[in-house]
Amino acid sequence: MHLLVCGGTGCRASESNLILESLKRELEEKGLSSEVQVIMTGCFGFCEKGPVVKVMPDNTFYVHVKPEDAGIIVAEHVIKGRPVQRLLYVDPKSKEQVPDSKHMGFYRKQIRIALRNCGFINPENIDEYIARDGYASLGKCISELTPADVIDIIKKSGLRGRGGAGFPTGLKWEIASKNKADQKYVVCNADEGDPGAFMDRSVLEGDPHSVLEAMTICGYAIGASKGLIYIRAEYPLAIHRLKIALKQSKEYGLLGKNIFGTDFNFDIELRYGAGAFVCGEETALISSMEGRRGEPTNKPPFPAEKGFFGKPSNVNNVETFANIPVIISKGWEWFSSIGTEKSKGTKVFALAGKINNVGLIEVPMGTTLREIIFEIGGGIKNGKKFKAVQTGGPSGGCLTEKHLDTPIDFDNLVAAGSMMGSGGMIVMDEDDCMVSIAKFFLAFTVEESCGKCAPCRVGNKRLLELLTHITKGNGTMADIDRLKNMCNVIKDTSLCGLGQTSPNPVLSTINNFMDEYVAHVTEKRCPAGSCRELMKYSIIVDKCVGCTACARGCPVNAISGERKGPHFIDQEKCIKCGACFEKCKFGAVLIK
Amino acid sequence: MSTTIKIELRQQDLKKIHEICDSFNNEPLELINILHKTQEHFGYLPAEIQDAVADKLNISTAQVYGVVTFYSFFTMTPKGKHPISICMGTACYVRGAERILDEFKKELGLQVGQTTPDGKFSLSSLRCVGACGLAPVVIVGNKTYGRVAPDDVKAILKEYE
Repeated sequence: MHLLVCGGTGCRASESNLILESLKRELEEKGLSSEVQVIMTGCFGFCEKGPVVKVMPDNTFYVHVKPEDAGIIVAEHVIKGRPVQRLLYVDPKSKEQVPDSKHMGFYRKQIRIALRNCGFINPENIDEYIARDGYASLGKCISELTPADVIDIIKKSGLRGRGGAGFPTGLKWEIASKNKADQKYVVCNADEGDPGAFMDRSVLEGDPHSVLEAMTICGYAIGASKGLIYIRAEYPLAIHRLKIALKQSKEYGLLGKNIFGTDFNFDIELRYGAGAFVCGEETALISSMEGRRGEPTNKPPFPAEKGFFGKPSNVNNVETFANIPVIISKGWEWFSSIGTEKSKGTKVFALAGKINNVGLIEVPMGTTLREIIFEIGGGIKNGKKFKAVQTGGPSGGCLTEKHLDTPIDFDNLVAAGSMMGSGGMIVMDEDDCMVSIAKFFLAFTVEESCGKCAPCRVGNKRLLELLTHITKGNGTMADIDRLKNMCNVIKDTSLCGLGQTSPNPVLSTINNFMDEYVAHVTEKRCPAGSCRELMKYSIIVDKCVGCTACARGCPVNAISGERKGPHFIDQEKCIKCGACFEKCKFGAVLIK
Repeated sequence: MSTTIKIELRQQDLKKIHEICDSFNNEPLELINILHKTQEHFGYLPAEIQDAVADKLNISTAQVYGVVTFYSFFTMTPKGKHPISICMGTACYVRGAERILDEFKKELGLQVGQTTPDGKFSLSSLRCVGACGLAPVVIVGNKTYGRVAPDDVKAILKEYE
């Protein structure tokens, strides 16, 4: 029997390491330590219900576990074989307890390829990875296939880059393999900077060896002997696990000289980022790896021609690499049978925002938004109405109700005015103001623009100013046209992907929610009731009991009224701070 | 830019900086790694430290300064004893992170990037810690607080008094 404790970032933040210790202690007291193993795994994905503990082999899935629950899990489940009812997941629709993860709506529609080992193995133990066919694909490549065969398999599989743009991976490898040089590099882009996306980190934390194996396969295919992982310094746990994984695979002879007894040599080292979103762009990433400011350069030359230290370098993202070993072991035919015509395989999405089941999911390409949000995601929080979902982070756009049945793949998302990006999916409800959301992303871009080219540096700043103007109620209809024009100029003239996509959140919210922009500028009203400067506070006379709490809490003395009599807000004086709303215990303060 | 702090490097500080640079063979290509180690030791990277690193690597201070100011992980002002970071990732934002940040600003009288005069608290915002299931998230030192409401802010600060 195995007890698996989730060691993903979300669960660790809820002290899952204490659960691990308590379980071990309980088992020791009962003399069961040798028979039942407690393992800290990578992310299970169902972060909303964390911390999560799973009992194998029966797949019992315990949610919201606390360290003090360890006693009952051991006493009831381990010893007596009876699942602890109160810790089971309750299906929100049927209100019934679900005994195991296979029957949970959250997992039913998922197919896990990149995340295949996350939540199943101890990421700090190479033997567990090997037990699940780890490094078998590398062995197959080196001993049975030529580099050209490997590239051919990846090309036929139809795998496209999971980092954002969806460039065909096999083609990228082929270009890098054809460029002759004394030294080539395989680079893994683990600089996940998209706010609200955390799949790359989960893969590195939960299954680091799959990335190392894939990079080595890539090295063999393109003729490189050196690999580099560019990882954010903000991911200490992922760095820690990668270091352990690197050490173990070197000890096993799976990295280093004469891998599998052949004359193929490959080594991997870590390079640290220091917090700059633009470094996700491959030329900027290379500048940063060379110890400089992470500013992008013109393409061509592409990194496959002139990359790290001017040598051909193949840059792929973490999730892309995580797919490689499976494609080799199960074959391209199998992989390309999943997904849509032009987007093969699966995609990992980080589902977050106003949704019931926040978490990390992996679904076949072509799954619809409706399936993701309402079946896997369990619908909108607090029974509110679905309004939009933002995909692709600061480079993407929002999709609305009319896109709910669109099969999601690289091309359909672009056609709908958004993009795949790294796979962040932020769900919004009726209380979210779309102008504010656009403003939020622009504030991000302005802060993260590297400043090298004027359209991005200056243009985005002006966009942000205009949006701020509108959310404060000072905008005009002409401002909306100005926004659109500027967006198009920035898209056309920026140097790198960051600037070329930064106006997307503005354009897509204008396209889908023009009425909200119009309400902000013509009626000076925020339909979602979220823009503070446009809110109007008033007191409902019938509900006011005259307790004076609001008047005492008002920082500008805008509220008047007798004790035990109705109160009034002087709109001229009101600064819309919301203090009265928070102070009123009778729901008498109305916000419009 | 916040106020510049003038510090004087002691002999042992200089020795430490040289040690770090030597461990990377004084290679300018390793500048980011060198700065990571240096900041780990000193807590921040004031102008004087940047000068010393530049001298040792035989590059201009401007180049070092350029890198320090480019990356958000590097800071030129010392962090407080209890650094407070509010996650401003999209998931936290839509679940009300901005109101939490406002509350901390109000309670501490600080803007983002500043430290209280007694050096106790510093305030910063960060981009997604990846604990979106717990949104909105606040991190104080090594401790993570999930599903924070504006009303919780006072109680959180009280824990560190």
